Amino acid sequence: MKQVQAVIIGGGSAGLSAAVTLKKQGISDVLVIEKDEEPGGILEQCIHNGFGLQTFKEQLSGPAYAERFIKMAQEQNVKILLNTTVTKLTADRTVEYVNAEEGVVQVQAGAVILAVGCYERPRGGINITGTRPAGIYTAGQAQRYLNIDGYMVGKRVFILGSGDIGLIMARRMTLEGAKVIGVAELMPYSNGLPRNMKQCLEDFNIPLLLSHTVSKVFGKDRLERIEVVAVDENRNPIAGSEQYFDVDTLLLSVGLIPENHLADHAGIVMDPSTKGPAVDDRYMTSAEGIFACGNGLHVHDLVDFVTLQAERAAEGAAAYLKSGKRKGSALHIRNGNQISYCVPSQFYPEDPAEKLTVYFRVRTPLDRGTLVIRSGEQIIRQVKKQKLLPSVMEEAVLTAKQMAVLTDDITIEITEEG
Amino acid sequence: MYDVVIIGAGITGAMLCRKLSGYQLRIAVIEKENDTAEGATMANSAVIHTGYDPEDGTLKAELNVKGAQQYEAICRDLHCLYKTVGAYIAACGAEEEAQLDVLAARADARGIPYRRLDRAQALGQEPNLSDGVTAVLDFYTTAVVYPWEVANACLECACENGAELFLNAPCQAIQRDGDCYVIETPAGSFRTRYVVNAAGVHADAIHAMVAEPSWHVTPRRGEYYVLDKDTQPIRHIIFPVPSKEKGKGVLAIPTVYGNTLIGPNSDFVDDPDDNGTSEDGLNYVRANISKTLKNIPLNRSIRNFAGVRPTTTCPDFIVEEVAGAPHFIDAVSIESPGLASAPAVADKIIEILSASLELIPDASAVMTRKAPVVPAELSQAERNELIRSNPAYGKIICRCEQISEGEIVDCIRRTCGARTVKGVKKRVRPGMGRCQGGFCEPRVVEILARELGISPLEVVYDGQDSRILERENRV
Ligand SMILES: Cc1cc2nc3c(=O)[nH]c(=O)nc-3n(C[C@H](O)[C@H](O)[C@H](O)COP(=O)(O)OP(=O)(O)OC[C@H]3O[C@@H](n4cnc5c(N)ncnc54)[C@H](O)[C@@H]3O)c2cc1C
Ligand SMILES: Cc1cc2nc3c(=O)[nH]c(=O)nc-3n(C[C@H](O)[C@H](O)[C@H](O)COP(=O)(O)OP(=O)(O)OC[C@H]3O[C@@H](n4cnc5c(N)ncnc54)[C@H](O)[C@@H]3O)c2cc1C
Repeated sequence: MKQVQAVIIGGGSAGLSAAVTLKKQGISDVLVIEKDEEPGGILEQCIHNGFGLQTFKEQLSGPAYAERFIKMAQEQNVKILLNTTVTKLTADRTVEYVNAEEGVVQVQAGAVILAVGCYERPRGGINITGTRPAGIYTAGQAQRYLNIDGYMVGKRVFILGSGDIGLIMARRMTLEGAKVIGVAELMPYSNGLPRNMKQCLEDFNIPLLLSHTVSKVFGKDRLERIEVVAVDENRNPIAGSEQYFDVDTLLLSVGLIPENHLADHAGIVMDPSTKGPAVDDRYMTSAEGIFACGNGLHVHDLVDFVTLQAERAAEGAAAYLKSGKRKGSALHIRNGNQISYCVPSQFYPEDPAEKLTVYFRVRTPLDRGTLVIRSGEQIIRQVKKQKLLPSVMEEAVLTAKQMAVLTDDITIEITEEG
Repeated sequence: MYDVVIIGAGITGAMLCRKLSGYQLRIAVIEKENDTAEGATMANSAVIHTGYDPEDGTLKAELNVKGAQQYEAICRDLHCLYKTVGAYIAACGAEEEAQLDVLAARADARGIPYRRLDRAQALGQEPNLSDGVTAVLDFYTTAVVYPWEVANACLECACENGAELFLNAPCQAIQRDGDCYVIETPAGSFRTRYVVNAAGVHADAIHAMVAEPSWHVTPRRGEYYVLDKDTQPIRHIIFPVPSKEKGKGVLAIPTVYGNTLIGPNSDFVDDPDDNGTSEDGLNYVRANISKTLKNIPLNRSIRNFAGVRPTTTCPDFIVEEVAGAPHFIDAVSIESPGLASAPAVADKIIEILSASLELIPDASAVMTRKAPVVPAELSQAERNELIRSNPAYGKIICRCEQISEGEIVDCIRRTCGARTVKGVKKRVRPGMGRCQGGFCEPRVVEILARELGISPLEVVYDGQDSRILERENRV
C-alpha cells in the first residue's frame, strides 16, 4: 500500500487551510482528496461578499477567499486529487478513494485530517406533510443551481428556516427577479447572523414570521401552495392560525449537519451535541492520528473560524507526526447551563498549549449573562457577556497556567443575571 | 392490432406483461404516469408475505402462497434484490398469543415454515422489542424487495421480448368494435383483442367504461417514516398481531438497502390519488409503533411518504373476465398482499386468457434481464478493470449512497430506462440517502439532460409538469 504522511479529506476552505499549514510545519508529503471538479468547497457557490474580514482584513466573495488559499496551496506544492471521492476510512488510517483515472486505491496515512464539510437537513428531517412535488429545494441546492449552473428554480418563493443560506438566497432570488413572499422560523428568534437579517430581509422588506412553520404543502407535479401555522412555546402548531400562500418554490434552510459518515464508520466517537466527531484541544478525534476540522467538525457561520481551527488541526497533526502520543490523560470540557455545544470537548492539562480556545454556542438568545468556566466546584474564570445569540459562535479562553493545575473535568456555563 | 393491452404499469401489470412476453403475442402496456410503478407499487411495505395472513378459502390466500413461492427465482432471473429478513409477529399478552395459534394453524395447513419464540429468545434477536411483547411467531422465510425495481425489471424484460410500453397514456375511453376493443388515450388509440384492467385505485373507472361494476374502490392511505440507514433499530420485519379492523397494523421493516420503514396507518381518503402525508396519519404511526417496539429513532427520519391501497367494497382480490364484456379481464381489488401475490395473479390471468386465446410459447423470448453493473458489488480488481474500460464508473455522483456516473448513465440508457430525476432515484438510488439529493440532484439533472438530448430546463422531477428549473440566469 502507498504511504502518505498526511491525507486531508475534503478540499474546501478547511482542507486547504490545513494543507497549507501542514506544509509550513515542515510536513512535505501532503495529499488533499476532493470529490468535486475544483477545490474550494461550498465557498465556490457563495458569490456574495462577507468572507475574510478577520483573516485578510477585507471583504471577499466566497470564490475569492477560496482562490487565495488555492494559490497558497499551489505555492506550497500541495498535491490535490480532484474528482476523487474517499469511500472508506479506518481507525488505523487507511484511506480508500476512487476516481476515474486510478480506480479504487488504498493509501496508508501517517495522519488524516477530516475536512468533509456538512450537508443540509432535508424535508424528511422535519416532517412537513402533504404531497411530494418538485419545487422544494434545500437552500444550498437552489444556490448551486443559481450560482454554479446558472438557473433560477422558481418565481414565487417561500423560505422555511432563518439559517444564513436561506437569508442569503432570499436576497439573491429577489435581486434576480423572483418574489420572495416570506421567511418562517420555528423558534421565537432568528438562526441567522444579525448582519444577514438586516442586509437580506429588512433591506428588501421581506417579512420574517417568528414562531411559525410550514406545516403542509400542496401540488401534484410542481409545488402550488403551502400552509403556514403559528406555533406555541412548545413548538406545537396553534389551531386556527393557518395561513396559505400560493408559491411555486419552497427553500429549506433548516439546519446543517456535519457530514460524519466516514468518521462514524471508522468507529470514531461522535459528540451528540455537534453531531461531528468529538475532538481534543489539538482537534484529534478518538482515533489516534485522525483529526477533524471545518463544517465536518461543527457547523461554522464564518469562514475565518474555519481557517483558524483548520490551522490548529494541522498543527495538531504535525505535532502528532513528529512526536506521537501526548503526555498524560485528557480531561473533558462539558456543556453546562445554556451551552448547546463546546469544541473541543477534551484537553491535556499535562501537555498544555499556550492557550486553549473553546468555541461554544448558547441555546437561546440572552441579553446578558456571565460566562463561567468551572472545574468541579472551583471557578477558574468568569467573564461578563452581552447579546449572546445561538447563531453567533462564542469563545472561552484558558491559559496554559490555568490549565496546568487542573485535575477535574471543566464545565462551561452561562449564569443568567436575575 | 394488439393481442393484449394491459392498463397499468404497476406490479400486477408488469408481472403479467413479462409472463405474456414469453408467448407469441403482440402486447402493450399503457400507463398514465411518466414512469413505471408510480401507484401503490411505489409506496408500500415491500414485504413478500409468505401467505399465513389471508382468511381460508379466499383467492388472496391461494395467490399469496403461490406468488410468494415464485419471487426468489423471479428476482434472481431479473437481477433484482430479494432479501430474506424474516418476519416477527409480536404478541402482547395471552389474548394475542391465542391469535398466534390461529396464524400458526393456517401456516401449517398452507405449508409455510415458522417457529415460535418466547420473549427471551425473541429479545436475543431483537433487543428493541417493547416490554409488552410476550411471544413471537417467526416467519423466517419472509423477504423484502424493492417493489418498483421488480416491476420495472419485469417490463424491461418484456419490452426486450417485444412488448411495448406507453407512458403518459391514460386510458380515457374504451369502445367495443366487433370482436375487439379500442382504447383511447392522448398518446393514441389502441385496438386490441383482449384488455386487462390492472389500474389499481382507478380500476373501477376503467371497468365502468365497459360495464357497470358491482364494486367500487374505497382508497385507503398508508403513511411511513424512512429512517437513516445508519440507525438500523431492527433486523427482522416486526408486525403486531393482525386484527380485522386494523389489518396488519403498524410495522417496522428493514429495506433491502438497510433503511428502516415505520408505518403504515390505514385511513380512507376521498381522492384515490391523494398520496400526501398528514399530521394525523404520521402521529398515528408514531404512537402505534410503540406497541411492539421501543427506541425507534424517528428523529433520524430522512423522509415521509404515503401510498394508497386499491381496496374495494369486495374483501377479496377480483381476477376474472367481466360479465357482459368478453375478453375484458379485471385484476382489481389487489390490495395487500398484492405485491407478494403478483406472479400468481399473472398466472391466473393467463389461465383465463388461455380459455379463448391460443398461447404459443415464443422460443426466442428471454425471461432473464441483463445484470446491471454495480461497482460496489465487485472485487477491487474487477472494479478497477471496469473503471479502466469506462472511467464514468470511477466518478462518484451521489456521496451518500456512493453511486457513480456510470450507473446513472446505464439506468437511463436501458430499455424502460429512467426519464426523470425520480426515475433515476428509483433505479439506482442517488437521492435516497440522508441528504435526499441536496448535493447530487443538480448533477443528476445535468446527466439526464445530456443523455436525453434535452435542455436542463426540460428535465422533470417526476410527472410531465414537475419541472425543476424555471429559467436560465447566467451572470
Ligand atoms: C451558503 C453559505 C454561506 C456562507 N456565508 C458566509 C459568509 O458570508 N461569510 C463567512 O465568513 N462564512 C460564510 N459561510 C461559512 C463558511 O464559508 C463555510 O462554513 C466554510 O467554507 C466551510 O468549509 P469546509 O471546508 O468545512 O466545508 P466545505 O466547503 O463544504 O468543504 C468540504 C469539501 O469536502 C469535500 N468532501 C466531502 N466528502 C468527501 C469525500 N468523501 N471525499 C472527498 N471529498 C469530500 C466536499 O466536496 C467539499 O468540497 C457560509 C457557508 C455557507 C454554506
Ligand atoms: C401502504 C401499503 C402497504 C402495502 N404493503 C404491502 C406489502 O408489504 N406486501 C404486499 O404484498 N403488498 C402490499 N401492499 C399492496 C401492494 O402494494 C399492491 O397490492 C400492489 O402494488 C398493487 O399493484 P397494482 O399493479 O395492482 O396497482 P398499482 O401499483 O397502483 O398500479 C396501477 C397502475 O395503473 C395506472 N393507471 C391508473 N389509471 C390508469 C388509466 N386510466 N390509464 C392508464 N394507467 C392507469 C396507475 O398509474 C398505476 O401505475 C401495500 C399497499 C399499500 C398502499
